[in-house]
Amino acid sequence: MAATIETLDTVAAVTEGGYKWGFSTDIEMDMAPKGLNEDIVRLISSRKGEPAWLLEWRLKSFAAWLKMEEPDWAKVTHPPIDYQDLHYYAAPKKKPGPKSLDEVDPELLKMYEKLGIPLRERAILAGVEPEEGERPPIAIDAVFDSVSVATTFKDTLAKAGVIFCPISEAVHSHPELVKQYLGSVVPAGDNYFAALNSAVFSDGSFVFIPKGVRCPMELSTYFRINARNTGQFERTLIIVEDGGHVSYLEGCTAPQRDENQLHAAVVELVAMTDATIKYSTVQNWYPGDADGKGGIYNFVTKRGACRGARSKISWTQVETGSAITWKYPSCILLGDDSVGEFYSVAVTTNRQQADTGTKMIHIGKNTKSTIVSKGISAGRSDNTYRGLVRIMKNADGARNFTQCDSLLIGDQCGAHTVPYIESRNPTAKTEHEATTSKIADDQLFYCRSRGLSQEDAVGLIVNGFCKDVLKELPMEFAVEAQKLLAVSLEGSVG
Amino acid sequence: MNAVSQTSLQASAQGFLARYEGLRHRLAGDTAAREAGAAAFTRHGLPGPREEAWRYTGLRPLAEIEFHEPVVLLADASAQFAALGLPDGPRLVFIDGRFRAELSRLPENIAITTGAPAFGHLADNSENLVALNTMLAEDGAAIDVAPGVDAGTLLIVSLGADAHGKPVSFHPRHAIRLGAGASLTLAEINAGTGVYFNNPVITAEIAEDATLVHLREQREAPGAFHLSTVFAEIAARGTYDSFSLALGGRLARVQVHARLAGEHSMAHLNAAQLLGGSQHADFTTVVRHDAPATASRQTVKNVLTGRSKGVFQGKIEVARIAQKTDGYQMNQTLLLSRDAEIDSKPQLEIYADDVKCSHGCTVGELDADQLFYLRSRGVPEREARNILVRAFLSEALDPVTHDAMRAHMEAAIAAWWEEAPT
Repeated sequence: MAATIETLDTVAAVTEGGYKWGFSTDIEMDMAPKGLNEDIVRLISSRKGEPAWLLEWRLKSFAAWLKMEEPDWAKVTHPPIDYQDLHYYAAPKKKPGPKSLDEVDPELLKMYEKLGIPLRERAILAGVEPEEGERPPIAIDAVFDSVSVATTFKDTLAKAGVIFCPISEAVHSHPELVKQYLGSVVPAGDNYFAALNSAVFSDGSFVFIPKGVRCPMELSTYFRINARNTGQFERTLIIVEDGGHVSYLEGCTAPQRDENQLHAAVVELVAMTDATIKYSTVQNWYPGDADGKGGIYNFVTKRGACRGARSKISWTQVETGSAITWKYPSCILLGDDSVGEFYSVAVTTNRQQADTGTKMIHIGKNTKSTIVSKGISAGRSDNTYRGLVRIMKNADGARNFTQCDSLLIGDQCGAHTVPYIESRNPTAKTEHEATTSKIADDQLFYCRSRGLSQEDAVGLIVNGFCKDVLKELPMEFAVEAQKLLAVSLEGSVG
Repeated sequence: MNAVSQTSLQASAQGFLARYEGLRHRLAGDTAAREAGAAAFTRHGLPGPREEAWRYTGLRPLAEIEFHEPVVLLADASAQFAALGLPDGPRLVFIDGRFRAELSRLPENIAITTGAPAFGHLADNSENLVALNTMLAEDGAAIDVAPGVDAGTLLIVSLGADAHGKPVSFHPRHAIRLGAGASLTLAEINAGTGVYFNNPVITAEIAEDATLVHLREQREAPGAFHLSTVFAEIAARGTYDSFSLALGGRLARVQVHARLAGEHSMAHLNAAQLLGGSQHADFTTVVRHDAPATASRQTVKNVLTGRSKGVFQGKIEVARIAQKTDGYQMNQTLLLSRDAEIDSKPQLEIYADDVKCSHGCTVGELDADQLFYLRSRGVPEREARNILVRAFLSEALDPVTHDAMRAHMEAAIAAWWEEAPT
């Protein structure tokens, strides 16, 4: 039951409090000089030995980015970002491509041990058979700064026909797929941060599920920013063909630093006829100290296209980290009867700022979307839900349900709700509800009178408040997420 | 941004500024206030589609028309005036933005000054159209109700008419002040003929324990533009109850800023927008809870037919100090045709923790089960739809307790339904 034990270990570690992921690992790094210009874009491309078409795409994106302005509509404030004061490429120095984990830098392995993530290939390599009745294992792609360092279970997946590898590798092994789908959901010039990512992305995960295949295990990517002054720009591309199914998990951590680091990722999902993609995120980047110093700026573009009939894309996110979160996982519901879901918990404390939500674009007939967003603000933080539901003219019978709840803990924080509802079809139905409240005194009293401490009581109530979202997470993540919520809110209740 | 629309908005703003240069020495009232408005309008111009507050209401159709200074034609206006079927009682009549004493009936218990714009103290020139109003305001009414006086009902009628086929614009500016414990029902009717642009700004200062009921009926001419802005500030235990009915105009927007400044003050901002053809109407509110234990209620209903477009933007802001705030907002839309469109943006911005705030928003067509129920009891289709639409609207009309105004509005809604294509 290794997975369970690891989870318990993780949980035990988490409950010690503070930001336990705040260590950095000394590994020799191969870094590009600070700054961003065409030469850096060329350098990144050449380090990866990319084909000419990709370099061209990058350069086009870069040219588009130069002409764009940083968006200012989100309810976040930060000092201007100096895009020239960052390294746009940092990779652990290593021999070309580790064949197995044995060849991976031991420092790296130690780091993953500290992280407590179940990199269980070690055991598999050592010939340990999985125990009877054990939960299906999880295949992991670990991205360290900008480079994917290890992908586990490749062979098992290959047998099922599933491709799960770093995107830099897919560019070489499956160029036709990458060329066809890269930028097809999030075009290079989509927005400021997506354009930046398209120009300088260095790695990320690539998943391809062929027709009729149900991916035999959960796929997972673990992102970690390690080097100082680097920006992390991963690019994830997931394609599920007709009738395929995949559940994908994403975890994020970063070391404790006193300067803010930039993270601008792009995730593209494509679901064809009858395909299902479940994308879960537990985002726990370093949030900065109590005064908001340090911490990650997280400007992420995530979008899925339900291209085929009856396809389904489900986003679940638990956002507890980052100094600033700017993130709107979206669904384009193109296929008839396609389904989009967005379940989100966003917790902000201290000086954190989160502006997050979703976009549901209903284009096909009888398309359905569900949005459940739970925002919790404490300390001196600001937490905004910003979402768009758009029903296009031909989306007959489209249906949307949106529920946004905010919980305020303390009187120095802010909770905001900014939904946009646009409907152009009379047969469509949209419903939106939002509430804002604090933890009710009678609920607290009830728990306290039964012997729970103030903090446990708050933890329990907050978990109840978030239950609709947490139950959407795969089991391992759900346990971790619950503890993460408790830790995030520690000390914010008085 | 679209380069063409940018240019036409700028050109239109230049036109208004040029008119101000020509008129500035002839306009009555506070010159300093006017100069400040002109400076703000020079800075801001007309709002473009990239301004968040204007993302759903584009002013390009307005910018493409050149508006002139009004020339009042008395005969035409009198005929129109008779056709309105106004309730009895005191009234202030404005034609093309100018006060007309011969058509008005002044009340005895309210101090009213006309002949110059009443700028008041609440208007915010950072709103583009408020700056435009402040710069060009020709006339208006200063309405003062002394403390403790129950002033009954006062009607403000605005009639617009183009000048021999030339489009005109006018910018009425009214200021209302209610002393402590005073009460007033202010009913507005906006109507007209031809192509014109009515850009009124109304400020309302409501003192402790005072109550202002503000009923607005907008039935401008089909070619008209109506962009109005209200600023209300409510002191402790005061009440601002409003209902805004939008039926007319080609492009209309009603913007209400209500600030709950004293403890236990209350604001009610209701609206109904009934649109057809290619009409566009926008109801935008900002309610700011700036004191503890304040309450706000908003019920906004849209009924859209034809190719019309309805917009609702409602923002509830709760300041840190405003603990025990109770804010509620409901926006419901019936789309009765395939080409109608609704854009809704309810917003909460909350900085206090002990509050109860919620909003809801629904969009759909008439419930097929309800229609079937009525039809199965022998109610003809059109009548059945009428019953359901009237039932849908009734909640929004709650603040309209004044019998004559209620009847007038009900009649206007019935007339609209008669003509609505279904």
